[in-house]
Amino acid sequence: MVKGAQALIESLRREGVTHVFGYAGATICEAADALAASDIGYTLVRTEQNAGHMASGYARMSGKVGVCMVTSGPGATNLITGIATAYMDSIPMVAITGQVESHLLGRDIFQEVDITGAVAPFIKHSYLVKDAREIPRIVKEAFHIASTGRQGPVLIDIPSDIQKKEIDPIYPETVDLRGYKPSYKGNVVQIRRVADAIEEAKRPVICAGGGIFSAGARDELRALAESAGIPVVTTMMGLGVLATDHPLNMGMIGSFGNICANKALAKSDLLILAGARVANRAILSPTEIGRRMRTIHLDVDPAEIGKNVSTNIPVVGDIRCILRQIMEHGPHVDSQDWIDALQEKRKGELAAELPRLKAGVHPGKVMKSLGLQMDEDACVCVDVGQNQIWACRYLPLHGGRFLTTGGLGTMGYALPAAIGAKVACPDCQTIVVCGDGGFQMAFNELATLVSQGSDVKIVLLENHVLGLVNEIQKKSYSGPFGVNLDGSPDFELLARAYGIAFGRVEDDDHIDEAVERMFAHEGPYILCCSVDADTTTGD
Amino acid sequence: MKKIISVLVENQAGVLNRITGLFSRRAFNIESLAVGVTDDKNMSRITIIVDSGNNVVEQVEKQLNKLVDVIKVRTIEENHMIGRELILIKVSANTRTRQDILNVCQIMGGKIDDVSPTSMTLELSDTTEKVDLFEELLRPFSILEVARTGLVALQKGHGAI
Repeated sequence: MVKGAQALIESLRREGVTHVFGYAGATICEAADALAASDIGYTLVRTEQNAGHMASGYARMSGKVGVCMVTSGPGATNLITGIATAYMDSIPMVAITGQVESHLLGRDIFQEVDITGAVAPFIKHSYLVKDAREIPRIVKEAFHIASTGRQGPVLIDIPSDIQKKEIDPIYPETVDLRGYKPSYKGNVVQIRRVADAIEEAKRPVICAGGGIFSAGARDELRALAESAGIPVVTTMMGLGVLATDHPLNMGMIGSFGNICANKALAKSDLLILAGARVANRAILSPTEIGRRMRTIHLDVDPAEIGKNVSTNIPVVGDIRCILRQIMEHGPHVDSQDWIDALQEKRKGELAAELPRLKAGVHPGKVMKSLGLQMDEDACVCVDVGQNQIWACRYLPLHGGRFLTTGGLGTMGYALPAAIGAKVACPDCQTIVVCGDGGFQMAFNELATLVSQGSDVKIVLLENHVLGLVNEIQKKSYSGPFGVNLDGSPDFELLARAYGIAFGRVEDDDHIDEAVERMFAHEGPYILCCSVDADTTTGD
Repeated sequence: MKKIISVLVENQAGVLNRITGLFSRRAFNIESLAVGVTDDKNMSRITIIVDSGNNVVEQVEKQLNKLVDVIKVRTIEENHMIGRELILIKVSANTRTRQDILNVCQIMGGKIDDVSPTSMTLELSDTTEKVDLFEELLRPFSILEVARTGLVALQKGHGAI
C-alpha cells in the first residue's frame, strides 16, 4: 500500500518527469513529502504564476511536458495566468493543484476555490480527483493529452485527503480515451492537392507559426522551402524557424512585422499556412486573404482551419509528418524572379542604418549587437511590449530559440521562462530581453535565479514608461495616462541586493563593449540599457 | 437555418458545464438544449439546437470535438430528423371552461395529467411547432405555469451516430 501522493509522484516519474516548479502550501504538503523522497528536481518559485511560466520555458526547450505544482485557493488562482499563457501558446504542461478535503468541497472553506471551473475556458482538459485509485490513470491521460495533438495545459486537482489515502496503485501502460484521437498523418488526397497547388503557383509563400516548433518540424520546413523554392515568412511564434539571414527568410508578418514579409504575403498567389493560426495581430484582414489568393492550411487542430481565414486546401495532422508527405511528391516552383524581388527588399531592410536618437541607446542597435555576440544556439526569452517588437524586428537569430508569448502577451513572462529554459538546457546560453515594466512584474524571481545558480543574462531596456501603451495613448487617445513607472528602484542597487552582476549602457557608442562585458561574465548579469521614454517602435 | 447538433458524451460530472461553457465563451447561441443518458449508461446524449450560419455550426462542431469528454458529434439538418419536445402546461379551469380546454387537448393529441377545482395540467409531446401551437391555443384560458424540455432528436432511417 502507498499513499495517493506517492502514486502521484511515481506516476510523474514514469512519465519521464525530472523537474517540478512549485510553491508550497497546506493542501499540497503530502505530494511535496512524496516528491522530496523521489529523485525528481524541484524549484521553489516566488509566486505561483511564474511556476507556470517556468514550466512553459522548460517545456519549450526540453520538448517534454512542463510540470508545476501549487497549493489550493490563492496558489491555484495565482497560477491561472500561467495556465492561460500556456494555453494560448499551445505549450504542453501539467499543472497539479492541491485541493481541500473532498468531503468539504463546495462549502467555501479556507483556501478553497473551484479551480477546474475557473480555468475551463483556457485549458485543454482538467481533472478533479475523487478516488485515489484513479491517480495513475489520470496522470497517464493528462500527459498524453498535454503532449499530443495541439499541445496545451492540463490540470489535475487533488484533494488533500485523496493524497493521504492508502491504495494499491495500478499503473496503466496505455491510454484509452474514446473521445480523444488526434490525427497524425495528413490525408493523402489533400497532400496531393497541396503538391499540385505548389506546382501551379507563381508566387507562393509559406507562413510558419509556432506549430513548427511544437511538432519539432524545423528541419522539414527548411527542407521543403529550399527544395521547392518557396520564400518563408513567420508569425511572432514562428520566429527562428529559419535563421534571420537565410536567403528564403523574408521576416515576420503582422502589424509589428517587417515590410518585406507583409509585402510577400500581400502579393503571393498561394499562401501556405504551416502551424500558424492567423490571429488578428498577424494577419490584419483575413477576408482579404481569402479573396486574393489560394490558401493551404496545415494544422494539427482542425478547429483552427477556417476559423479566422477561409481555406482552399485544409490538411489536418502533425506538421512534421505532413511536410514530409508533401516532400515525397517533390513539388517545385520556378519562382526565382519572385524570390529575387523579395530578397532585394529584404536585404535593404536588414542593412538599413538605425538612426542616432536624441537621448539613450537605440534598442535596435542593442538587439543587433546581442545577435552578433550571442552563441549560435542561444535561447532568447523576450517579454511583452516595445522590447518584444524591437527584438522581433532587429535581433538576428541563427539556430537557437526565440521564446515569447505571442498568444496571451503576458508581461513578466521572459524572466521565469528563461529560468525554466535554463533548467531544461543548462549548457545553453540563455538571455532575457525585457522592459522595466515587465521586469518589475517578475523580478521577485531573481531570488529563484540566484538559488538555482542559473547563468541567465538579462538585457533590461529601461525607459521608465510602459512604452507600447504610451505609444498607443499618444497616437489614438487624449495622451499618456498611468504609464509612467515612477518610483521604480535603482536597478543597480537591486542587482547588488541579489548579488547579481550589473552593467549599464547609455549611448550607442558603448553598446558593443557593454554586451561583450555581459557575455564575458560568468553567472547571472543584468545589462541595463537607458532608453529615452519618447523612443517609439517606429524610430 | 436551424440545425440540430447531437452530441454523445461521457456520462461524467462536469461535462455539461464544459459544453455550455464552450458555447458562451465562443459566443454561440443555443436555442435549446436537452440532456439524457443513452442505452449505454456511461454515455449521455446532448441535443442542441442552434440557429446560425454554416460557418458557425461548423466551428461549434469542431470545438465540441476538441473536448476530451465528447465522443461523437453529428449535425442533423431539420428535415432529416425526428424531433420531439415535451410540454407540461397548467391552465386556469372552472366548470364553464373545462370542456373547451378538453377539446383543445383532444384535437392536439395531448393528455390530461391533473385536475383541480380551479386548474388543469396538460401534457403534449410533439414537434416544436405543434407544442408552440398547443401553448397558443391554451393561452386564452390563462396559463398558470409552463415547463418545456427542449427538443430531443434522432436522425431518420436506419442510420445512427
